[in-house]
Amino acid sequence: MAIATDTAGLPPSSPTPSPIVVRNDRRTDDKVFRGTVRAAGLGSLVLLFFIGLFLVLRGLPALHIMGWRFFTTSGYQTLGAHPSFGVEASLYGSVVVALVALAVGVPIAITTALFLSEYAPPWSRRTLIALVDLAAAVPSVIYGLWGFFELQPNIVGFSSWMSHHLAFIPIFKVVSPPVTASLFIAGLVVGIMIVPIIASVSREVFSLAPPGEREGALALGATRFQMIRSVVLPFGRGGMIGAIMLGLGRALGETIAVAIILGETFAISPHILQHGGTTIASLIAIHFPSGGPHGIADLLMCGFVLFLLTMVINLAASAIVNRSRSGAGVEL
Amino acid sequence: MSTTTLSPPPLGAAPVTPIRPPSPVRPRDFGMKDAALLALSALSALALVWVVFYQLTLLSGAFGFLVCWYAVFLAMYWLASAQMVDRMAASDRVVTVAVVTGAAVVIGLLLFVVLWVSFKAVPHFSWHLLTKDQKFFQILGPHALSSVGVAHAVVGTLEQVGMAALIGVPVAVATAVFLNEVGGRGTRLVRTVVTAMSGTPSVIAGVFIYSILIINHVLGYSGFAAALALFVLLLPLVTRTTEEVLRVVPSGLREASLALGASEWRTVWSVVLPTARSGVITAVLLGVARAAGETAPLLFTAFGSQVMNYNVFSHPQGALPLVVWSNVRQAEPVLVTLAFEAAFVLLVIVLVLFVAARVLGRTRTRGRRRGRTGNGRLFHRNAQPVPIDLPIDIGGNYR
Amino acid sequence: MTMSASTLISPPTPPSAQPGTGAASLDARGVHAWFSGRLVLEGVDLTMERSSVTALIGPSGCGKSTFLRILNRMHEVVPGAQLAGTVALDGVDIYGPGQRAADTRRHIGMVFQKPNPFPAMSIADNVLSGLRFSRISPADRDAVVEEMLVKAGLWKEVKDRLGELGGALSGGQQQRLCIARALAVRPRVLLMDEPCSALDPTSTRRIEETIRDIADEVTVVIVTHNMQQAQRVSRHCAFFLAEENQPGRVVESASTTDIFTNPVDPRTEDYVHGRFG
Repeated sequence: MAIATDTAGLPPSSPTPSPIVVRNDRRTDDKVFRGTVRAAGLGSLVLLFFIGLFLVLRGLPALHIMGWRFFTTSGYQTLGAHPSFGVEASLYGSVVVALVALAVGVPIAITTALFLSEYAPPWSRRTLIALVDLAAAVPSVIYGLWGFFELQPNIVGFSSWMSHHLAFIPIFKVVSPPVTASLFIAGLVVGIMIVPIIASVSREVFSLAPPGEREGALALGATRFQMIRSVVLPFGRGGMIGAIMLGLGRALGETIAVAIILGETFAISPHILQHGGTTIASLIAIHFPSGGPHGIADLLMCGFVLFLLTMVINLAASAIVNRSRSGAGVEL
Repeated sequence: MSTTTLSPPPLGAAPVTPIRPPSPVRPRDFGMKDAALLALSALSALALVWVVFYQLTLLSGAFGFLVCWYAVFLAMYWLASAQMVDRMAASDRVVTVAVVTGAAVVIGLLLFVVLWVSFKAVPHFSWHLLTKDQKFFQILGPHALSSVGVAHAVVGTLEQVGMAALIGVPVAVATAVFLNEVGGRGTRLVRTVVTAMSGTPSVIAGVFIYSILIINHVLGYSGFAAALALFVLLLPLVTRTTEEVLRVVPSGLREASLALGASEWRTVWSVVLPTARSGVITAVLLGVARAAGETAPLLFTAFGSQVMNYNVFSHPQGALPLVVWSNVRQAEPVLVTLAFEAAFVLLVIVLVLFVAARVLGRTRTRGRRRGRTGNGRLFHRNAQPVPIDLPIDIGGNYR
Repeated sequence: MTMSASTLISPPTPPSAQPGTGAASLDARGVHAWFSGRLVLEGVDLTMERSSVTALIGPSGCGKSTFLRILNRMHEVVPGAQLAGTVALDGVDIYGPGQRAADTRRHIGMVFQKPNPFPAMSIADNVLSGLRFSRISPADRDAVVEEMLVKAGLWKEVKDRLGELGGALSGGQQQRLCIARALAVRPRVLLMDEPCSALDPTSTRRIEETIRDIADEVTVVIVTHNMQQAQRVSRHCAFFLAEENQPGRVVESASTTDIFTNPVDPRTEDYVHGRFG
């Protein structure tokens, strides 16, 4: 029997069927499995939420007492009739230490990352990368120890020099010596500590730069540095920024090394070369949980500020890296 | 127009003696003359800065000298190179020096710190430091150091970190399995949360446990509280590194297992996790090493102790970082020495964990490429495959 | 550089003896190449005369690209790569003492199989990038950009959008941009490694026109799998072959007409008649 065809010689088409819905009824043990791991995952969410919640709840009394002046007051007078405390000085200290740390750490870290990805002989690369990772593993209390006993005595000469010759810049002025236990020295130690983090992520990012573009630059007669400047660094810009922000977050949160250097000082000054100064993290480490109920509330509120700050920086760093050209293959 | 033909020799001719191929070389742009230039620049910069420093100005200090020398050295090297080769090559050379310096500083400082702690601690080290605690410590006695030890701290650290790992590793691995294997709703949210948590300062973790459990006396100062605080720190780190490890497991294995009729659960348990086992062990060890070195969370949870306390659930417990922290700024030299000994023991523990992590992470991955030019190769054709480590790094916030 | 007496072309040249301008000849003698200790190319002697177009043909994996990369010192960029022999640019061995790779590459340019313009730079900046590396600032940048894009056959298509990013072009356009970029530094030799293998026929034709146009001012050496292309553009051909477990060698080198109509070696004849490929 002949089959009817349309003008093109094909059998007439029936209306396109709609796709069937594939049902994947899971077995019970799979349901349990999926539920369990999902609970674990959501548990992290719950944990994070609780951390923030408790810090705020128990820290709220501080805001009740001080109001918005919490953010503009320094000091830690938590006992007595007229308590006066605030996060201003310690926030300033945290930021200063972090900035000094970045100023010192970023150049060293980027050059190290470039060395590892571009200059190191292939046979040595694995060992050197392992060593840089080891530098990240060394506990911060040991860096603090080293900074206090070894770095500080050798740097005070340099601090004095800076305070003499750069006194026209206000923050470098030293109004009341000595120059030990300063935010500057703390920043130096933290700077050394954040180098491995920044270097590691940057190195990863640099090594992902497309080989085709590298060869293109070299074939045009570029020197290695010119090739790096025109191919590797532009490609790795997003990843580098993310890495630097990670270092910033770490520098803001560094507690023990800073506390060892700065010590239990109550002198709080904006001059970074002279002694005195405090960061939020070291303030909490040294004074918690003394200071009575106000003290605890104050420190918890300060802690919440720090928590929020580092969380925002970390999330921003992650977003920047993921959206950049270089970040696609890198995990932050 | 030349015609070169490698045709087989005509029949009957005498056998041709094989010509030995010439020896291979790698062309180098940096020869003896260039090395000499580098050395000369360094020396003349040294001489110049020496004169300026000690004869002419009031600059002082070893550090300042070093900085000045380095700056003058780079400038001189550039000027001298620009005479010998063109300006681009001179800049390239100076940058090479700077880059090598950066790496040398990092590695040098690391070795400096490790060796410095060791040199300060080893001369006073004896085995009783690992067996005694501070109960019978006579600070002012003549043999003060021999009456004290850090055994309580070692026990404390091991118990706290061990417990934190005990609680933390299953949760972290489960979360990583959720993110990588199960997925679905909430994946992006959980991943964001884990990223956010990994930036949490360690002191916040301690403060959190204090304010949620200790302040209202649910828990007293104890090793367990410290373990909880360390768990908070451990969780994001181990989750992320484990997730990376699971991602490397080839999807073909999962598909094969499912095709054989295994449930998802059995696939993960019997196929994926065993394949990734060494990587997971590495991730765990790195997390543990990191946790062992943390001090701040212990301040308000374990609180520290001077006597042995095996009970992790009640009473304050000591820990190695706490011993360092409480003794570092003391006036008595013997206390400072104690701090150094504790630091040394802590360093050894962390180093052992780190090395174990790397060694265990390497054994299973020989020859497995990750498809990236991780070691900077520009072009792969004909090159030998290089064993590439699993992408595990230590540290809080990066892979 | 180690070389046997019979392959010594010229005594070591002082670095100040730079090649001149215009198309140059390339003379390779006794070129061997190793990758991580394995010999992949053996005993290549080849002369590429000035203002000529030489095609390197042969099946995959016989070392044509490796040889090409030795001609502009890109071979040594690969870790574990080694070589022996001499390559003389107008009589001066580019591997001689005091010769720097970056300098050589300014005189011997290269276009790659996969187009690789700098994606973050504009089209105009891409063309000028080579000059930037050599720290040459032309008096009239726009004129240079136009001249190079005209030579590469791309001007009409992009003249109104020179500020657009180089990565935004199609594959064929990108490759022509790379050719313009390579020509901007006025190299004496241009090496092309299968430049059209990833492109559509129109772009291929354009690029072959470009090769014919520039042959006066630039000596061209092109690696190609496409025998018809070799016949269309080149005047001289070299046939590479690597037998089983052997390094690659040049089996026969002659004028294009001779190789295709009257090959001497039976293996050449088999290849050009398509009996293997």
